[in-house]
Amino acid sequence: MKTIEGLYYSESHEWVKTEGDMAIIGITDYAQHAMGDIVYVDMPEVDDEVNAEEEFGAVESVKAASDLISPVSGTVVEVNEALEDESGLLNQDPYENWIIKVQMSQPDELDKLMNATDYAAFCENQ
Amino acid sequence: MKYYDKLIFELSKEGRQGFSLPQNSWNHHLEELPDMLKREKKAALPEVSELDVVRHYTNLSNMNFGVDTGFYPLGSCTMKYNPKINEEIAALPGFRNLHPLQPASTVQGVLQLYDELDRALSAITGMSKFTLNPFAGAHGELTGLMIMRQYHMQRGDWKRTKVIVPDSAHGTNPASAAVCGLEVVEVKSTPQGTIDVDDLRPLLDDTIAGIMMTNPNTLGLFETRILEIAEMVHACGGLLYYDGANMNPLLGVVRPGDMGFDILHLNLHKTFSTPHGGGGPGAGPVGVAAHLAEYLPNPKVIRQADGTYTVTGNETAAGRISGFMGNFGVLMRAYAYILRLGRQNVRMAGPLATLNANYIKEELKDCYKLPIDTCCKHEFVFDGLADQSTGITTLDVAKRLLDYGFHAPTIYFPLLFHQAIMIEPTETESKETLDGFISIMRHIAQEAIEHPEELRTAPHLTPVRRLDETTAAKQPVLCYADLARS
Repeated sequence: MKTIEGLYYSESHEWVKTEGDMAIIGITDYAQHAMGDIVYVDMPEVDDEVNAEEEFGAVESVKAASDLISPVSGTVVEVNEALEDESGLLNQDPYENWIIKVQMSQPDELDKLMNATDYAAFCENQ
Repeated sequence: MKYYDKLIFELSKEGRQGFSLPQNSWNHHLEELPDMLKREKKAALPEVSELDVVRHYTNLSNMNFGVDTGFYPLGSCTMKYNPKINEEIAALPGFRNLHPLQPASTVQGVLQLYDELDRALSAITGMSKFTLNPFAGAHGELTGLMIMRQYHMQRGDWKRTKVIVPDSAHGTNPASAAVCGLEVVEVKSTPQGTIDVDDLRPLLDDTIAGIMMTNPNTLGLFETRILEIAEMVHACGGLLYYDGANMNPLLGVVRPGDMGFDILHLNLHKTFSTPHGGGGPGAGPVGVAAHLAEYLPNPKVIRQADGTYTVTGNETAAGRISGFMGNFGVLMRAYAYILRLGRQNVRMAGPLATLNANYIKEELKDCYKLPIDTCCKHEFVFDGLADQSTGITTLDVAKRLLDYGFHAPTIYFPLLFHQAIMIEPTETESKETLDGFISIMRHIAQEAIEHPEELRTAPHLTPVRRLDETTAAKQPVLCYADLARS
């Protein structure tokens, strides 16, 4: 299972990459592996509000549908439209293919998330 | 099994027919029909001989798999045998030829059956009154939640907008709550697989309409702290909803009403042996405690003092959820099942279902990973093969089972385990059938080590081989026109 240094990770298997107050959010390699072939990604719209620890969309695979839980609060500024036609990109490279970009309203929420080492240990125990 | 995938339309030859109708003596009246009622084109019906039709449907039915053809250990579905006497009863002409708009005075026997099934289900579950109108389990859930909402609203208590659902619940629970306009709050499970009471306690306040539970739960485990949970939920003013999907192991032994549940639905197509899935429509009767009876949906069947029955409604009911009185043919089958077993024998179903599940579990737990090793009820969950070093997944095992003539168990549900295999044998299988299944499951575990490729490409002996589920989900071919185009 792959993790990337410098990202923040949530217990519900989303990653966050920050650029200033902008949070780029995707799902982890562990998540895509557990889900299997992803066939559909349900994403919010630009300007939607998202709240930390609340769902902002869903990913559907041949096995199941799982909610996407936002690690941070803020406003959606961009969604990855490429996923609408090619949801399998999340299986190919879950870290390259982000899902949404959020303008964070409370950047200190990042403190609650895990770093790569802690997240890898967390997955070990799953 | 021979592969057969023809459509009846593909067999059609112009002018061929297997019938001979008398001459239409009304032809000269065609002129009097208004144009809007006349066909512009001939109906596109297949033109086939009687033998074509017989072979076509016999070949198609040979490709079907059901409880009547083989073992069907589909967890959470209670695929028990549907006794043929049920069909005979439901086909009695006096019932079969009814019209739903007949006056009540002409269908007294039907209404009596409705009332007696209500009473039997009430006695079995410890409830006060049932509506038999809902058409399926999830429809029953929605009905039950509408009753819950109506109860709070009639008391003027508008704050109660949340329903607590365990993280192990069937997906229909949160879905039904959402459809009913209620907000879903999740309660966690303990590592032992039952509701975490310490996680539940802080959720309980005056915004809680109630809690939805299955007991035994999705992992087949009895919620041993149910009395404590019932007391806590009632103390905060909420109601307890019992999802009857897993009623089978408790049938005739334990009553949800005695556990403190206020509302429940039963899946007649699971616990009460009526056809299931593609075999026929379902039925999801809803029972309530006495203080909620007035909120049961309309129409209601009432037995009057003189012994006659009438169909009525009342204003405080939680609306109307069906055109008429449910899937009546299904209700008759459940009624026949209960009467055929009788009070004594109904009690044997649950313990035997429990024994069968535990037997399979114990015989296989050295080859398959058993995450929660305890006495289960009617079903249990493995988390894939014990030896996962081969990379063989639960999907591969399930596909391989088809080669040996078994229906696959439920897989990848519940979501608590990544390689979930959920097995429910029911009480209607013999020890020989269970032993046959066990030996094949052990054989497959061995194959996973010795011939993993056989499993990765399974099934090999079914009419259709391994399907490309990803493409099927992304580019589905849903009708003949799509197929012809592709």
